[in-house]
Amino acid sequence: MAGADGDDSLYPIAVLIDELRNEDVQLRLNSIKKLSTIALALGVERTRTELLPFLTDTIYDEDEVLLALAEQLGNFTMLVGGPEYVHCLLPPLESLATVEETVVRDKAVESLRKISHEHSPVDLEVHFEPLVKRLASGDWFTSRTSACGLFSVCYPRVSSTVKAEIRQHFRNLCSDDTPMVRRAAASKLGEFAKVLELEYVKSDIISLFTALASDEQDSVRLLAVEACVSIATLLPQEDLETLVMPTLRQAAEDKSWRVRYMVADKFSELQKAVGPEITKNDLVPAFQNLLKDCEAEVRAAAANKVKEFCENLPEDSRETIIMTHILPCVKELVSDTNQHVKSALASVIMGLSTILGKDNTIEHLLPLFLAQLKDECPEVRLNIISNLDCVNEVIGIRQLSQSLLPAIVELAEDAKWRVRLAIIEYMPLLAGQLGVEFFDEKLNSLCMAWLVDHVYAIREAATCNLTKLVEKFGAEWAQNTIVPKVLGMANDPNYLHRMTTLFCINALSEACGQEITTKHMLPVVLKMSNDQVANVRFNVAKSLQKIGPVLDSNCLQTEVKPVLEKLAADQDIDVKYFAQEAISVLALA
Amino acid sequence: MDEDIDTRKINNSFLRDHNYATEADIISTVEFNSTGELLATGDKGGRVVVFQREQESKNQPHRRGEYNVYSTFQSHEPEFDYLKSLEIEEKINKIRWLPQQNAAYFLLSTNDKTVKLWKISERDKRPEGYNLKDEDGRIRDPTTITALRVPVLRPMDLMVEATPRRVFSNAHTYHINSISVNSDYETYMSTDDLRINLWHLEITNRSFNIVDIKPANMEELTEVITAAEFHPNQCNTFVYSSSKGSIRLCDMRAAALCDNHSKFFEEPEDPSNRSFFSEIISSISDVKFSHSGRYLMTRDYLTVKVWDLNMESKPLETYQVHDYLRSKLCSLYENDCIFDKFECVWNGTDSVLMTGSYNNFFRMFDRNTKRDVTLEASRENSKPRAILKPRKVCVGGKRRKDEISVDSLDFSKKILHTAWHPSENIIAVAATNNLYIFQDKTVTTALKSYVLRISGRQKP
Repeated sequence: MAGADGDDSLYPIAVLIDELRNEDVQLRLNSIKKLSTIALALGVERTRTELLPFLTDTIYDEDEVLLALAEQLGNFTMLVGGPEYVHCLLPPLESLATVEETVVRDKAVESLRKISHEHSPVDLEVHFEPLVKRLASGDWFTSRTSACGLFSVCYPRVSSTVKAEIRQHFRNLCSDDTPMVRRAAASKLGEFAKVLELEYVKSDIISLFTALASDEQDSVRLLAVEACVSIATLLPQEDLETLVMPTLRQAAEDKSWRVRYMVADKFSELQKAVGPEITKNDLVPAFQNLLKDCEAEVRAAAANKVKEFCENLPEDSRETIIMTHILPCVKELVSDTNQHVKSALASVIMGLSTILGKDNTIEHLLPLFLAQLKDECPEVRLNIISNLDCVNEVIGIRQLSQSLLPAIVELAEDAKWRVRLAIIEYMPLLAGQLGVEFFDEKLNSLCMAWLVDHVYAIREAATCNLTKLVEKFGAEWAQNTIVPKVLGMANDPNYLHRMTTLFCINALSEACGQEITTKHMLPVVLKMSNDQVANVRFNVAKSLQKIGPVLDSNCLQTEVKPVLEKLAADQDIDVKYFAQEAISVLALA
Repeated sequence: MDEDIDTRKINNSFLRDHNYATEADIISTVEFNSTGELLATGDKGGRVVVFQREQESKNQPHRRGEYNVYSTFQSHEPEFDYLKSLEIEEKINKIRWLPQQNAAYFLLSTNDKTVKLWKISERDKRPEGYNLKDEDGRIRDPTTITALRVPVLRPMDLMVEATPRRVFSNAHTYHINSISVNSDYETYMSTDDLRINLWHLEITNRSFNIVDIKPANMEELTEVITAAEFHPNQCNTFVYSSSKGSIRLCDMRAAALCDNHSKFFEEPEDPSNRSFFSEIISSISDVKFSHSGRYLMTRDYLTVKVWDLNMESKPLETYQVHDYLRSKLCSLYENDCIFDKFECVWNGTDSVLMTGSYNNFFRMFDRNTKRDVTLEASRENSKPRAILKPRKVCVGGKRRKDEISVDSLDFSKKILHTAWHPSENIIAVAATNNLYIFQDKTVTTALKSYVLRISGRQKP
């Protein structure tokens, strides 16, 4: 292949090959990323006999180079001569699967899984499966952890004797001496169970699962919770009670909060996996306990799942379960001592109103919403406000508006600018829900006050907010309520406020349309071209460039052009630059 | 150069014995890896020196056990914190080896502020053959390239490389005094005077604070954390010791924040011994779990104590390290020696304890026979493969011929850092800038006949 292209094409390839070992990591990385080009130039034969042996031994390199190499090799099948020769890729990937860096190992395993599908059943047994065994019985735990991820891809396609061996290897790794390997095995348990025949799931996997779930290290036990979900999905309903539930119950009451946290975090998945009957009898009390857990991290994780859990309860008994079992716990969480717990609850609690319907919401949930709206932690209040739409659908926002307003005002004036920023972002949503009348009366003044905030990020967000409001309420509303106030700031003694006027005009001109822009905004902008501060003047140039497309050509020629020409002769270099840019963009030259 | 001269003036007495030593050469930590094949030392100059044990060879059987330099590297450099106007010393406070995970070795080293993860690996091949250069490195004319060459790996002399893999920084306001790797192999903790942080070995930009004893008002500060260690096989348990002489055991299963301990070990103070120095000398300078995980050993200024994890009220055993100093506390306070932080170690079977003292003496206590011995690490009185003689300090009365009187002890020669091979009777003792490695000839009796081998630290 190389010869046919002539010598000209060899030089760049020669450079790439030499740079595989350049001292500069970046150059080596570039070369590795173009490995397919090198392989193509060398041809399949030389790639197999020269390039791959070289790569197999280059595991001394930097992580990012090794990572790129592991990824490249996953797509190399055609470059070594197709599926017939795909096993040539195994040695370099095997050595990459034993390095200490987890990301590299994981990528090597991913590539190995990918190319395993390109092996013929015979090659799989002759080449791939021995590699898995070598890794599984390696001296170092890095190789054994990598093996855990490879069992499930070869198992379905090998003979029954080899299958038995694979099961034995997996069993060994589940009881490995090092917790690293047991963790890797535990995290692949669910995946491996999926490819196993049901009889072996019952005979092998369950005992491994039980053993891992009672491992002495909690870092192993918590991974068994995840496996629990996959295993429960595989088993017939009648076996769940005897095979899975004892372990799950034990996990939900584990001594270690990290394991209970995991149960809380996976609760919705568990609930779906075990079905409605077990949910009713076992998971409801378990969930109550998690909501009352002594560790705040666990309560927060459980609080996050309240809505999802309630949604997925069987319909016939949903309301009773929520009202008698879940809601009392939720009520307690509203006044939890930990703010993360309260804020997790606040982000989902509004969702309960759709499930419980109007009457229950008014009677039971509304007092909770109101309490959270008055919470001392701004994050809790923000989370309630950001989810108002759920309640609006059920009971209408009027019920809340009396309490809502003080909460919004307080957040709008919070000392932390990030809190102010967050509430600004919910303004268009609130405006939509509360309606124009309420907005004009109560919230408009807040939106205007943000325009003169002393933090730039707030002024910027406030500008953006105005555009969204105009999109919602229309140009006429803009002309009457906000444009006069915005334009009024053009005479402010503070040049930063004068610039805000320009920024607002930039944002509003399109939404307001030609008439308002020409009639009301343009004169103000043109007048500001005489401002004594250069920053304002060059922003005038930028604004004119921005609103130019909205104006008609006559106006551009007669009004805008002279001003830009004047600015183009300004003594300040930046003003000149932006004026000239505007002239050329608007094609006024 | 100027700096060297200054140091010499200040440390005049010290330099009489170690004529080429500088402050930077003083060994600040010693640690064996889990197999005992490697031994690492850190020094005040921020260097780490790793020694490897010689493999047994037929023609020189006595050389088995000798440790030779395997790798030397600069782990930490002096830094300056511009925000706080503080100099950050490069001194290595602690070294901890990670369990071996592949052919390379990994260790954590820390100075006052920053923990680093180092990889020590061997390389014995190098690639040969370029396309654009010939064998002598001359650039070839691009037009003469008619075929592509793939580099080939050829054997070369063994090269040991140390590469920094991770830097864990910006998590400690105060000085780090301990690091400890968890038995789950994926986390470790770093401890400073007031806080303990938990790290994942693969994540450098985030750590979790698990203990915080900083009072809201610093004027109310009454105690600091002096050392902390994870349990050898229960991944959820760790202990930390305090300057008030107590040890707290925490269970990470119970809560995410371990400010509340689950066990509290403290010996009630004997009111008859109460003095101005009581609190200073009861401060714990080191705490170590036994290999079995059943016992704790603590070192305070005058004693070593062994605690049973199941008995919080008082120590199981108390050993006097140098009780003869009790009458000299006043002068030890004046020369600051009373604040020296002595470390302590267990032997492989938890039956013998070792800790350091002054005058290059170190002490061993056999827990079964209750015998104890004082040995000396020094160049003058020992040759390689000589047998160490026990030393005695004379306490009042007449001094016998082979005894040394308390008044002639040299307090500038202190043995703060020692290490014991995890399974054999080999010990490493750091005496200022010298590392002594002693090996028990008869293996069965720990307190007899240590054969001396000196590994004098050369300036790299």
